[in-house]
Amino acid sequence: MTQPLLAIRGIAKAFGGVQALAGVSFDVGAGERVAVIGPNGAGKTTLFNVLDGQLAPDRGSAVLAGRALIGLSSQAIARLGVGRTFQVTATFASMTVRENVQVALLAQRGQTYALLSPLRARLADEAQSLLKQVGIDSLSERAAATLAYGDLKRLELAVALAGTPRLLLMDEPTAGLAPPERARLMRQVSDLARLAGSAVLFTEHDMDVVFAHADRIVVLNRGRVIAIGAPSAVRANPEVRNVYLGSGRDPEARDA
Amino acid sequence: MMLGAYLAYSLIGRFGAGPLGYWGGVLLAALAVGALGVLLERTLLRRLYGAPELLQLIATFGVVLLIKDAALAVWGAEDLLGPRAPGLGGAIAIFGQPVPQYDLLLIVLAPIVLAAMWVALSRTRWGLLVRAATEDREMTAALGVNPSWLFSGVFFVGALLAGLAGALQLPREPANLNMDLTIIADVFVVTVVGGLGSIRGAFVAALIIGIVRALCIGIGDVALFGSVVSFAKLTLVAEFVVMAVVLVARPWGLYGQPPGPSAIAEQRDLQVPPGRRFAIAAALLMAALAAAPLLVDEYALVLGADMLIFALFAVSLHFIMGPGGMASFGHAAYFGLGAYAAALATRSMPMELALIVAPLAAGIGALVFGWFCVRLSGVYLAMLTLAFAQITWATVYQWDALTGGSNGLVGVWPAVWLSSRVAYYWLTLAIAGGAIALLWRVVFAPFGYALRAVRDSPQRAAAIGIDVRAVRWAGFVLAGLAAGLAGSLYAFSKGSISPDSLSIPRSIDALVMVLLGGLQTLFGPVVGAALLAWLQDTLARHTEYWRAMLGAAILVLVLLFPQGIVGALGAAARALRQRGIGKRAAAA
Repeated sequence: MTQPLLAIRGIAKAFGGVQALAGVSFDVGAGERVAVIGPNGAGKTTLFNVLDGQLAPDRGSAVLAGRALIGLSSQAIARLGVGRTFQVTATFASMTVRENVQVALLAQRGQTYALLSPLRARLADEAQSLLKQVGIDSLSERAAATLAYGDLKRLELAVALAGTPRLLLMDEPTAGLAPPERARLMRQVSDLARLAGSAVLFTEHDMDVVFAHADRIVVLNRGRVIAIGAPSAVRANPEVRNVYLGSGRDPEARDA
Repeated sequence: MMLGAYLAYSLIGRFGAGPLGYWGGVLLAALAVGALGVLLERTLLRRLYGAPELLQLIATFGVVLLIKDAALAVWGAEDLLGPRAPGLGGAIAIFGQPVPQYDLLLIVLAPIVLAAMWVALSRTRWGLLVRAATEDREMTAALGVNPSWLFSGVFFVGALLAGLAGALQLPREPANLNMDLTIIADVFVVTVVGGLGSIRGAFVAALIIGIVRALCIGIGDVALFGSVVSFAKLTLVAEFVVMAVVLVARPWGLYGQPPGPSAIAEQRDLQVPPGRRFAIAAALLMAALAAAPLLVDEYALVLGADMLIFALFAVSLHFIMGPGGMASFGHAAYFGLGAYAAALATRSMPMELALIVAPLAAGIGALVFGWFCVRLSGVYLAMLTLAFAQITWATVYQWDALTGGSNGLVGVWPAVWLSSRVAYYWLTLAIAGGAIALLWRVVFAPFGYALRAVRDSPQRAAAIGIDVRAVRWAGFVLAGLAAGLAGSLYAFSKGSISPDSLSIPRSIDALVMVLLGGLQTLFGPVVGAALLAWLQDTLARHTEYWRAMLGAAILVLVLLFPQGIVGALGAAARALRQRGIGKRAAAA
């Protein structure tokens, strides 16, 4: 591989006596879809919170296209082209669906401090077309607080895409959805990311989703990378089988 | 606590000052206050548990006003000094200094009460349940515990201890009517400095504040910057300085825990930009107000100008509290800074220019204070704003040479062409109306949306590249500018200015206006301001007990309209419209 988009090296983070991350290193290539999997408490969400600036690691580095991310604030990292969706959806409840996307577009263009001209017309068309891409353009006038969970996840995706990210960090993009909807949403994510040329780093419990949509898989256990590679290689890895089941069962057969 | 002191005074008076009568009186007074606390909780405050926390605070304020006037009616306005405790009238020499025996008793008693509270909360089943119910009321109820009586119990203990404190204080300090707000402020400060929910923190905080106060008295007068600064007088603000320092260094108090992300997201109503109809209604209202001088007398015009000034003040507070999500308990600081800056500036420049410069002074104040405040959130933020307001107040109060101290400044008159009542009314209308319209415009401009984004979900706002602190800071400064403008208009309308204009009651007025009108509405603060200004004026003219009437009015309004008056009207209008749609659908 040539220069990776994101190079993660030796990231460690302890909470009290618990070593949540114990020196994690891997790369994400431009446009690549990488899944981070592992049992509960493996350190997946901690890793994401370090990468997007919410948590400072004890050691280690993360470099995005030549820029060091560690030490930057969340908003600075966002401006470098890192989009994020959260495990528990976070949207602006007092705004309509379209306004949610408009605010994201404005932030990306540095128009946050415009004081007097109304928001209403600004970038409305662009927001609408992003909503159309994720398939909820018919809901654009609804209050974000009233959306069904699946649509809320789509809104988050549209908001994350508004920053034309080079890298999308998605913490459990399909959590809380029924299996058929999970597959549909993840297909959308894959298509849109490919279209925008964004790399996707995501965590996921649903192994069907992981094996269908990841180019590569990173397996974490107790804060360490225990396997890394193409889905078929990871599936065959005995240590991964051991971690997941303590037996020889296929991780794909695990109930999410 | 005030009641405790008064009741103890009466009961001891009745039982005689013998040992039995004295201690019996103290205990009975404490019990009576506890019982009254429960009565208030069960009849009044519990109806508000579903309402926003701030509204509960406002209701408490209403109760304070009521009790204050009740005490005035029963015991009169004189300070009442209680008798010495029997057998403890003497003093004991410690390190050559005589220390009153009674003080020694208090020094022993406080840790005992503290230890008892700690044991009750951490070692008994009752304490366990209280802590569980504080964490998660619904879950505790689901486990078969009735949280209703639990909270009444907590109220009883709280009121009982407060009553006890008041009764015990009686021989040292006369019972007086100003015990209420001073002490409420003290108590809040101690709780916040210690860290919410930490008894140990509260005790340590009380100790620190006591020591700092004693030090201030010990140091006495010191010459500083050419004028004499009396540290003794600084005891007034010592606790607020301590609080500011502690909160800046430790945002959750000495022993407090950072609050976890709240489990239940706050319900946020969709906020729609006002449409054409709102603009037309606002324009009509402005026209009607502009025509008012043709119809009403001068007195009404003065009241009208007050209403307009307070409307701007309230809208500026609403700007950071509503869209900004930052409750300020010290908004009067910016009002007062604007007023004093106007009074001082008018000595060296024309009044018109002073009116432009003065708000900038308030803006600079907000720039400095805001930098610290926007780092905090919730109650801690509110308390830090209060601390800065009190520090500002004390500075103004102390700096005789510049601010005239407690007398304030007089002779702050507008330019000649504005000196008639009518002209000044029109000026106020134009400036306040214009500033309000501008603030509302900002709410629905990109900046207003960014402010709301930061309130709704700071995490998401940061993730899309919004600088959370910078946006909150800018919002804070804008609100400070607007409040300063209101303050300078106020100074010129009154002709004089006193430290009252930046005192705690003025800050509370602003809070009451915003919450009475409705925090979730745009027009609410204007209605709230007009209503409160009118109520204060009318009640003060017609009854000696205007505070009680005001307190009762606030309680009634809060109980009837937990969403605020405009909020309730809006909800009613929506319900009507929906019924209309239903009928039409049925007809079709």
